Amino acid sequence: MRSDRTTSAPLGLKIAAALGLLFLHLPILLIFLYAFTTEEKSYQFPPPGYTLQWLSVAWNRPDVWQALGLSVRVASIATAIALVLGTLCAAAVSQTRFFGRETISLLVILPIALPGIITGIALRSAFSVAEIPFSFWTIILGHATFCVVVVYNNAVARFRRVSGSLIEASMDLGADGFQTFRHVILPNIGTALLAGGMLAFALSFDEVIVTTFTAGQQQTLPIWMLEELVRPRQRPVTNVVAMFVVLVTLLPILAAYYLTREGDQVAGGGK
Amino acid sequence: MTTAVLFDKVSRHFGAVRAVDSVDLAIVEGEFFAMLGPSGSGKTTCLRLMAGFEQPTDGHIEIFGETAEGVPPYRRNVNTVFQDYALFPHLSILENVAYGLMVKGVAREERLKAAEAALAMVKLPGYGTRRPGQLSGGQRQRVALARALVNRPRVLLLDEPLGALDLKLREQMQEELKTLQKSLGITFVFVTHDQGEALSMADRIAVFNDGKIQQLGTPEEVYKRPQTRFVADFVGSSNVLSPIFVKRLGYPARYASLRPEALSLGQGTGARKTVTGRLVATNFLGASNRLTIEADEGTRIAAMVPASIAVPEQGSGVTLSFAAEDLHLMDDAA
Repeated sequence: MRSDRTTSAPLGLKIAAALGLLFLHLPILLIFLYAFTTEEKSYQFPPPGYTLQWLSVAWNRPDVWQALGLSVRVASIATAIALVLGTLCAAAVSQTRFFGRETISLLVILPIALPGIITGIALRSAFSVAEIPFSFWTIILGHATFCVVVVYNNAVARFRRVSGSLIEASMDLGADGFQTFRHVILPNIGTALLAGGMLAFALSFDEVIVTTFTAGQQQTLPIWMLEELVRPRQRPVTNVVAMFVVLVTLLPILAAYYLTREGDQVAGGGK
Repeated sequence: MTTAVLFDKVSRHFGAVRAVDSVDLAIVEGEFFAMLGPSGSGKTTCLRLMAGFEQPTDGHIEIFGETAEGVPPYRRNVNTVFQDYALFPHLSILENVAYGLMVKGVAREERLKAAEAALAMVKLPGYGTRRPGQLSGGQRQRVALARALVNRPRVLLLDEPLGALDLKLREQMQEELKTLQKSLGITFVFVTHDQGEALSMADRIAVFNDGKIQQLGTPEEVYKRPQTRFVADFVGSSNVLSPIFVKRLGYPARYASLRPEALSLGQGTGARKTVTGRLVATNFLGASNRLTIEADEGTRIAAMVPASIAVPEQGSGVTLSFAAEDLHLMDDAA
């Protein structure tokens, strides 16, 4: 007796699954809800009233803008660094054979497997030893360690499908290294890079742990939120910002998901 | 006669492996040159040395009198048709064919026109808007050919281009390639492991084994007068006779090759040499039967006889005869 795929699951299992999903996602909905509450000191359920005023309050708070600006700059530069380094590394690992290739591949992926707190402490001690003052750039370096991994993972899978003979064919037809990169390699790995870049941006944008260890006085948006939670002043502003962060990080991740999926189909159709 | 490609003691070693081992050859402009050999014999590495994807470990290469060592593939007036065709999956067929002209900076209108003409030449007019994934293997092969030829190379390199096609299509393409080569007058260098393909298409054949050229000559020379046991066996599975056996037939004690079709059933008339043995196998091949007899000391000899001649009974004693000059003594050391 084997259950086939259309057999419906037992009621108990269905309820358990629904409860599990609710437990995962209800808190997120609460964040959205409290962004519109009239109560500013504590989170009271149900909210005594609803208002849109926190949107404009958040809009007019200079510290929000400062933190947001810093986060956007950090995420952009870390992503840019990751795009360059991740692509180069993926090209080397997938297109050539050299001693220690597998080891390098593992070492590149390691930062994302390590707990953020380890990366953070390690970087903090390293910066201290090297006497590098904590600044905007140390945050970027910290973020770049895991952003490179994301780009690398996306690019390496696609690079493997750009067969060596395509590159040779391009060279054979008169294209030098740069032309080959522009006309053959980039179009074939472009969507993978875009997806990797967006994931990297999203990761950097809401990163807390590594940032706390590598930042000086600067506050990125997530750090700002953390600080704001302990201060009972205009609390819903934090929720408005949280809502914004959810959108900013969720949209690129969704887009990245669809982009790579589409890329797979295109590449599969070519076979 | 201009020399298109010249190899002077060219070697290419990969670590301890001598993929190409001190090869000398001179390919003449306008000829259809085949490099024949089993896989791993060095023929493809030779082709890659000509294309510029490999650099020689030792020796000297010239392409139309110009030194080729150190010259990257994109600065050689040589184009390649790849074994897996290597069409760009993200470009249309027309863009694929026009690629070489595009990177050379030919104006869009002009290069698309040239690409269209090249597609017409390989009998694929109007296929330009499709993608490589939408074409059959045979069609992709033609596109790869057009993509190379549109650049007007002085030498066209073909790496087992017919390997992936079915028999019928392969025969048709063989003929078309030959016609195309004659009409364009471009030097074709063709790598194959199929001896039939090499024999039917090439003006000259270089037979490769273990990184060395075993024999270089016209198809007829290579087929009828193999110089080594390897060539005799690889090109058309000839009977290779041992020196002792050859000596007993009244020749010098050397290895010799005897083509199955040179043998006929019975004593024959006139001064024909004969071998006798027991019939051990009969294979019906349609137009002919291949009879295998076992002579003394287990030497097996195959003969092709027309299917119209009655086949003797299995196990019976059989006499085969051949003209004295059909036995070809080889250079192999005994």
